[in-house]
Amino acid sequence: MLEQIKHNMENIAGVAIYPILSLLIFFTFFIGLGLWVYTYKKDKIKELSNMPLND
Amino acid sequence: MEMQQFYYDNKIVKKFIYATIVFGVVGMLVGLILAFMFLFPNITDGISWLSFGRLRPLHTNAVIFAFVGNAMFAGIYYSLQRLLKARMFNDFLSNLHFWGWQLIIVAAAISLPLGYSTSKEYAELEWPVDIAIALIWVVFGINMIGTILKRRERHLYVAIWFYLATFVTVAVLHIFNSLELPVSAMKSYSVYAGVQDALVQWWYGHNAVAFFLTTPFLGLMYYFVPKVANRPVYSYRLSIVHFWSLIFIYIWAGPHHLLYSALPTWAQNLGVVFSIMLIAPSWGGMINGLLTLRGVWDKVRTEPVLKFFVVAITGYGMATFEGPMLSLKNVNAIAHYTDWIIAHVHVGALAWNGFMAFGMIYWLIPRMTKGTLFSTKLANFHFWIGTLGIILYTLPMYVAGFTQASMWKQFNPDGTLTYGNFLETVKEIMPMYAMRAVGGTLYLIGMLVLVYNIIQTVRANAKIEDELAEAPELQKIGNGRIKGEKYHTWLERRPIQMTIFAVVAILIGGIVQIVPTIMVKSNIPTIASVKPYSPLELEGRDLYIREGCVGCHSQSVRPFRSEVERYGPQSKAGEFVYDHPFLWGSKRTGPDLLREGGKYNDNWHFNHFWNPQSISTGSIMPSYKWLFDNKPLDISLTEKKMKAMVTLGVPYTEAQVANGLKDLRTQAIKIEESLKNDSDFVKSYEESKKKAAAKGEAFVPMNEREIVALIAYVQRLGTDIKVKITLKNK
Repeated sequence: MLEQIKHNMENIAGVAIYPILSLLIFFTFFIGLGLWVYTYKKDKIKELSNMPLND
Repeated sequence: MEMQQFYYDNKIVKKFIYATIVFGVVGMLVGLILAFMFLFPNITDGISWLSFGRLRPLHTNAVIFAFVGNAMFAGIYYSLQRLLKARMFNDFLSNLHFWGWQLIIVAAAISLPLGYSTSKEYAELEWPVDIAIALIWVVFGINMIGTILKRRERHLYVAIWFYLATFVTVAVLHIFNSLELPVSAMKSYSVYAGVQDALVQWWYGHNAVAFFLTTPFLGLMYYFVPKVANRPVYSYRLSIVHFWSLIFIYIWAGPHHLLYSALPTWAQNLGVVFSIMLIAPSWGGMINGLLTLRGVWDKVRTEPVLKFFVVAITGYGMATFEGPMLSLKNVNAIAHYTDWIIAHVHVGALAWNGFMAFGMIYWLIPRMTKGTLFSTKLANFHFWIGTLGIILYTLPMYVAGFTQASMWKQFNPDGTLTYGNFLETVKEIMPMYAMRAVGGTLYLIGMLVLVYNIIQTVRANAKIEDELAEAPELQKIGNGRIKGEKYHTWLERRPIQMTIFAVVAILIGGIVQIVPTIMVKSNIPTIASVKPYSPLELEGRDLYIREGCVGCHSQSVRPFRSEVERYGPQSKAGEFVYDHPFLWGSKRTGPDLLREGGKYNDNWHFNHFWNPQSISTGSIMPSYKWLFDNKPLDISLTEKKMKAMVTLGVPYTEAQVANGLKDLRTQAIKIEESLKNDSDFVKSYEESKKKAAAKGEAFVPMNEREIVALIAYVQRLGTDIKVKITLKNK
């Protein structure tokens, strides 16, 4: 079972790029998310979080 | 700024709440009946449409799509209007959505007991209903997005992001998992086969949990918990991280339902890794919900709504910690196929979804009827009996799960299985099944108390009317970013762009997992000895699907010594290439059937289907007497079914299709002949001939009846591989 899978992965041309690619995707995603969240202004956050209470 | 007056549509919320309550009772009642069937397997003896296999999908569908679905829509329709300061986009669409959804539920409630099922879990409904679901879902989406576009509030609160993600993801999942080739008005075959079908199904199944049972309810949590506690969410920043990381990671975790199966190992491992990662966003969300109550915990003592919310969120936390643990291969090896999984899903369903819905109902109804709840005491009683019900349901199931796993895996010093007879492991956990039924009863009683309390509240208070509100019109500020505006602030007022981002986030995981499995042929090594099913076996397989056998019997032997010893050689991907749909199952109330073929003779199966207890004392399998009825097996579609299989890539030759019915009859007669080896069969067969003659009915020979087709299928299971092994040995 494992043998078959291993060889499949080997046969994909340029398979070595995959781990690098995934690391990049995730790194960018979460760093981006962190930046997104931490560049908020405090009063904006306050305004947004109060939205359910304002109707 | 000119203030605009408008009305919030409360009537549509009311309708969805009432539907939630009605279908909540129905779904839970069916669940309770099923729980009692474990104790009294033949309480509905002889009534095909009330048999366990057919009612089980009805229970899961009713609870997921009717109870939780309607609760979700009620909460969304209430909160969306208020968060956007706008009435729903279009009243006609709101009502079309409501009535269309109820009609789909009714269609499910009729078609599932009648045996119209695709057998794919939580996607059992046949193709016409699938199309209806897609259409009504789009109506819901248009109505929601339309409301967003005519809003009077610039920014979209985080709850709405969860609603949008729910809409787009469920649409994608439903469409791809339901790709099927119709052969008649109520019968179709999945376009995927075997391993691929399994992967797509659990990509769907897992994310139905994620995007139908979780994300919309998280949105509701982010609206209703602050609302009831009267304070903003603990951390809005955390909620943003929660949203994006949850939808990005969740979509990858599906393969953890297929660990140790014939699914390629790389896909299994990917599923494990992402499942572990899921703890972070899930617990982030749970903490965010619970900490919203900081400083107001005293309110929890007096406000039943908050009690329900606290237990709901705690249940969410427990289920989302347990889920990743269950995804670890070593834990999964123990838990999979056992009642542990039943405990796990019921922590989610009863605590998280159920209690969120109850809390919401207890809060919304008094508010919309402009009065107070009829009885806070009864609501508190509901809370306590419900909580006790959850505990009494889940604890015995955990014990049952551990017991099953330990007994299945126990070896004697001489290398034989200690509990070689599967039944020993069933008998051992009967007390647990009994306690589970008690827990379920308590939970249902709580639900009935809610019904009474709500009826009394509605009767005592004002009629539910649309609610007048006013808000200034939203000033147009252009599509681009205004000066000084940050990117995310801009994005959060651009719903379409937001939605597209969400779609991208969920598609990445799906594409990475599914595309290679479907495209790379070498992922599914073919086995030369594996041949398509004979026409009779194909019909038998459809009976297996109709009767919902997959609800209790798996067809997947994991590569463990205990399983190979008990069932036979482990599953191989190439064995399932003609299985449209796959039938691996997810629960072993009875033994695995992958290698069932040839284990017993035809008479054994014949007698066992007629009265399982007569063959296996203490068995909790119900009898399938209607398969023996003096009625012929429906073979009007056999040729069409074979042709459909050819379209899907099953290599039937033209001659095989043309001779389909002839081959079917030859094989059926052979089985009837083999049945005649049993003198008891011959005797009762002759008697039934006389009986039919006395009644003046036309007698249908045994070889034309359904049971023979089912025996043919069961006897075929796993034999392709056995042939190969015996040849090798020779």
